Amino acid sequence: MAHVRFTDHLTRFFPDLAEGHVPGETVRDVIDELERRHPAFASFVIDERGRLRRHVNVFVGQEPVGDREALTDPVGDQERMFVLQALSGG
Amino acid sequence: MSDLLILGTRKGTLFLDRMASGWKARPLAHRGLSISYAARDPRDGTLWAAMDHAQWGPKLSRSTDGGQSWELLTNLTYPEGARFIEQHLPTPGSEDGDAPTTYKDAALLKVWIMAFGGSDQPGTIHAGTLPGGLFTSHDGGESWELNRPLWNHESRGGDLFAGDATHRNFWGGTPAAIGYGEFVPGIHSIVADPEDADHILVAVSSAGVIETRDGGKTWHGKNTGLLNDYLPPGTEWGHDPHFIVACEADPRRLWQQNHCGIFTTADGGENWQLVSDKGSEVHFGFPIAADHADPNTAWVVPAKADSERTSVDGTLYVGRTQDGGQTWETLREGLPQQDAYDIVYRHALDARGDRLCFGTTTGNVYVSEDRGESWTCVGSNFPPVHSVRFG
Repeated sequence: MAHVRFTDHLTRFFPDLAEGHVPGETVRDVIDELERRHPAFASFVIDERGRLRRHVNVFVGQEPVGDREALTDPVGDQERMFVLQALSGG
Repeated sequence: MSDLLILGTRKGTLFLDRMASGWKARPLAHRGLSISYAARDPRDGTLWAAMDHAQWGPKLSRSTDGGQSWELLTNLTYPEGARFIEQHLPTPGSEDGDAPTTYKDAALLKVWIMAFGGSDQPGTIHAGTLPGGLFTSHDGGESWELNRPLWNHESRGGDLFAGDATHRNFWGGTPAAIGYGEFVPGIHSIVADPEDADHILVAVSSAGVIETRDGGKTWHGKNTGLLNDYLPPGTEWGHDPHFIVACEADPRRLWQQNHCGIFTTADGGENWQLVSDKGSEVHFGFPIAADHADPNTAWVVPAKADSERTSVDGTLYVGRTQDGGQTWETLREGLPQQDAYDIVYRHALDARGDRLCFGTTTGNVYVSEDRGESWTCVGSNFPPVHSVRFG
């Protein structure tokens, strides 16, 4: 279970996306649950091989996710998780 | 002729309508999102835009109500097991062949081009992508399938779904991929024969032209006659077509703007012939457009090769041939002839009847109503233009 917050930019595509608790033991579990709740959400965060997209970052607590390939980082009970994007371009 | 222009731009999809007073832009669609290619399916009017979002990944968007509303599609993805041989940008001191072969799992980086099947192929749509896969949908985009015979072609190393490479890879990376953090090939041109659904040509940066005549089951290189500045004559692969296009009335007449000049073929790609001279005003560039009716007429927008990649000497002009490439004229009326450094990307020139349009990375869009003789600027503050297609 994680308390998940999102960058505001995702609400353009998912207007119902809201900060809150999402069950899951790993970051990938949480994303899969978010995909179930908000179809297509996962494709914004990970590619079709399950890798975190290049300019997306996920923090668990204060730490950036360590396993960007499979997102196996554990999410502790009541842990805070942040889904963020890099700022780039013009 | 068409009264609708569709532009894929760095900041959204832009529609321009031909009004009595001239071309008028609608409010930008997909505002803020980079659109790598946008076009209208002439069979049913569906509008397509390939979203090229730097953070959230490539996706398709389509509209069946003329652009009033858009539907997001996330179903164009590489299948599990699709791999490619990793390549690395050449660096000073690096030598070919001294690195072990390594593989990478494929994921969609960009939809670079879309092409629609003939009127007898309802629902058939093709998409060319980075990292070098051709996808086809037979249900109007509800589902997409990677063309595996092309992906597994021996020129790419063989069937990497089944195991390690059985052949050497001859498909080079495209500089257009570097911004995605990869050095991979890209399919940027698809010529779908309107009279034969089984006949398709694609062009790959950087490999060359490759053709199927059996609906995608087998593929054969079509690069005879191509010459270039960086490979020995007669080399089958490693060519750098920038764009290829066919004459609609005579599909055996193909035109190719290549990194190393302009080539044409009158026999469906059996033999390409160089029809431009290095150092002349018409040689290097990215886009090329063919007249729909006259197989001898084509247009290009030349650029300064190849280290500068700007317009030529601060002037913007269009090159046109009306004799199959034997001679080229430069058309400048209405185009800036000083202090212009615009570049026109490979998909940013289109012709329909007597009308032509091109858009530049400087956000300028020019339209000709008289086959290129004269041009009118229809917008000079648009976002950088990736693609221009008549609707």
